[in-house]
Amino acid sequence: MKTDIVLSGVGGQGILSIAATLGTAALENNLHLKQSEIHGMSQRGGDVQSSMRISDQDINSDLIPLGGADIILSVEPMEALRHLPYLKKTGWVVTNATPFENIPDYPAIEDIHAEIKKIANHIIIDADAIAAEIGSRRSSNIVMLGAASPFIEIPYEFLEDGIRKIFGRKGDDVVNKNLEALAAGRKYSEENR
Amino acid sequence: MEKLLLLGDEAIAQGAIDGGISGFYGYPGTPSTEILEYVQHNKEAIAKNMHREWSANEKTAMESALGMSYAGKRAMVTMKHVGLNVAADAFVNSAVTGANGGLLVLCADDPSMHSSQNEQDSRFYAKFAMIPVLEPTNQQEAYDMAYYGFELSEKFRIPVMIRITTRLAHSRAGVVRKAVKPENGIKLPEDPRQFVLLPAIARRNYAKLLSVQPDFEKESEASPFNTYTEGSDKKLGIITCGIAQNYLLENIVDKEFNHPVLKISQYPIPRKQVNKILEECDQVMVIEDGYPVVEEMLKGYQEKGTKIIGRLDGTLPRAGELDPAVVAKAIGLEVNAGPDVPSIVKQRPPAMCVGCGHIDAYTALNEALAEYGTGRVFSDIGCYTLGALPPYNAINSCVDMGASITMAKGAADAGLIPAVAVIGDSTFSHSGITGLIDAVSENSPITIIISDNFTTGMTGGQDSKSLGRIDDIVKGVGVDPAHIRVLKPSKANMDEVVAIMKEELAYQGVSVIIPRRQCIQTMKNKALGEKIKALGLK
Ligand SMILES: Cc1ncc(C[n+]2csc(CCOP(=O)(O)OP(=O)(O)O)c2C)c(N)n1
Repeated sequence: MKTDIVLSGVGGQGILSIAATLGTAALENNLHLKQSEIHGMSQRGGDVQSSMRISDQDINSDLIPLGGADIILSVEPMEALRHLPYLKKTGWVVTNATPFENIPDYPAIEDIHAEIKKIANHIIIDADAIAAEIGSRRSSNIVMLGAASPFIEIPYEFLEDGIRKIFGRKGDDVVNKNLEALAAGRKYSEENR
Repeated sequence: MEKLLLLGDEAIAQGAIDGGISGFYGYPGTPSTEILEYVQHNKEAIAKNMHREWSANEKTAMESALGMSYAGKRAMVTMKHVGLNVAADAFVNSAVTGANGGLLVLCADDPSMHSSQNEQDSRFYAKFAMIPVLEPTNQQEAYDMAYYGFELSEKFRIPVMIRITTRLAHSRAGVVRKAVKPENGIKLPEDPRQFVLLPAIARRNYAKLLSVQPDFEKESEASPFNTYTEGSDKKLGIITCGIAQNYLLENIVDKEFNHPVLKISQYPIPRKQVNKILEECDQVMVIEDGYPVVEEMLKGYQEKGTKIIGRLDGTLPRAGELDPAVVAKAIGLEVNAGPDVPSIVKQRPPAMCVGCGHIDAYTALNEALAEYGTGRVFSDIGCYTLGALPPYNAINSCVDMGASITMAKGAADAGLIPAVAVIGDSTFSHSGITGLIDAVSENSPITIIISDNFTTGMTGGQDSKSLGRIDDIVKGVGVDPAHIRVLKPSKANMDEVVAIMKEELAYQGVSVIIPRRQCIQTMKNKALGEKIKALGLK
């Protein structure tokens, strides 16, 4: 098995929490993993991207090749579009619906959603609303991970274990909220794919 | 052995910790910062009380690491590529003194300039200083090289460079640890004059440095980090350096590919293997992240005259970092990119945070300067450099750390009065103070704004070395206390801030304005909060 994921968003949105959960899940199960992150200047509100490669074989490049990503997982809709050249023909775009508007010329959100809908395999999910419903606004990134989970070739239980491991220190409540968030995201994708 | 999930940076830190290091020194700089940060949070490093504080700049860090090596212990200094320019005097001379305890110089290069002013290649510096370089291919090698590097350094009593680039520094993968080695005890150099670079001694040391060059080469030839993969199709041979090997393998895993491949990860380049590939192949492609260092050497290296291709003839792009697609094109493979980026996607450049004190300082400065016209603000490197972008358009230069005060002085010398410098607290400690000494000694008519946010913000909030001492330093250098103006930049007291700036702009001598407000990104840092309170800085 092999899944290549481009994670994207805006500096400060915390895409690395998604990467950490996935990474822990992969490592605990003896899968190979390479995850490249952006540190430094772009963290100040610029566009950020992290690539996550998981495989049961050795992985060479830290970067995903153009046209090689199985999933673009974006916590911001315009940022999902920025990385389309990395998407495989059969790949999925899974994106949060809510824009992060910190530039003066941010396009109309309907236009952005329309562009995303041009991609055959796409999920647009209002992760913020779902996280709020659960009563855990901070878990919207985990909702996003859940929404991508049907397309990731890692057993769902591994992801749950990853959450237990990452959030364990913060107590059962936080763990349970995030497990709920993960499940809610997954359910949405399964019903809307 | 234990397996850890580590960034390339962290793998280097862990390799050094396990390899018996006693002290890390460094100044923050992307993509090298996470090395020292890892050590600062590492239980074993804390338990052994390894040195792990940030230094004022890369030169002081390099020299302190050399001092620890003098005392017989193992040390590492970390910096980004441009930091080596700052440390260069100490670095080049450390090759002539040589090391005593193992000394590793870690330089993190940033091809494609993700967070930098240039994409200089540190391997040039190592060649200039004539010391060995280790260039890891992956996180495991990064760990292994830090671990093994100390032995190499002690074997030849020479500093060794480890050179990495952004992708390895900031990519995570599994790393297997080795047995932890004990630290060295204090042991002074056998030759008490080894580190005394008076000309007579320097000449002797230099002769020795020259004489061991062939030994460095032999070491490279025998190094397990340099690998030769035989291939039957000798129309083309490929040399990869460090991380470039991954991009090649990425492209050929599932393909018929029978060309000989030499991977170089230890320098000086291994003569035996290089000659072999030049001998047996009609043409050799060099793939390296950064400058065409090896490619240029090979063009003038050989007697046979094998054609060398790479960045210099356009087979690979002359500038920018490598990636799988760039390498695929070079070896003649097709790249199947996904859909184009739709034209509605807008640029999203980094920006100062909402609520940042630098913003209020610039708003005031722009207003205070309106009567003089634009083009007179010399900035420095930090978050405040983002004041170059709209809507502020507040600065006219950003060259290297420390260049604000000194360029303002030069412009004032030329008659551009008033000239303004904008610098942060960390950069002021790094290399602003010496420039201030120049300005004070000539009473140059410049206005210096030290925008003090109590931290090294741009690189993620590391300690700022002069926390709580900036005013005293400025006074101590000799600025007239009547022209040192400390204020709180905020919308509420904008009028007062503008008025003070106008007064100081009109003053025909050195004035220092210190807008002071904590970086909002550090508000969760409890230790810093307590320090700020204790120093009465609020
Ligand atoms: C020689 C050199 N070393 C390190 C860096 C990396 N760097 C860029 S900005 C910066 C921090 C600046 O801190 P400060 O001046 O306090 O400004 P702030 O970002 O906090 O506003 C550093 C360390 C660099 N560009 N050049």
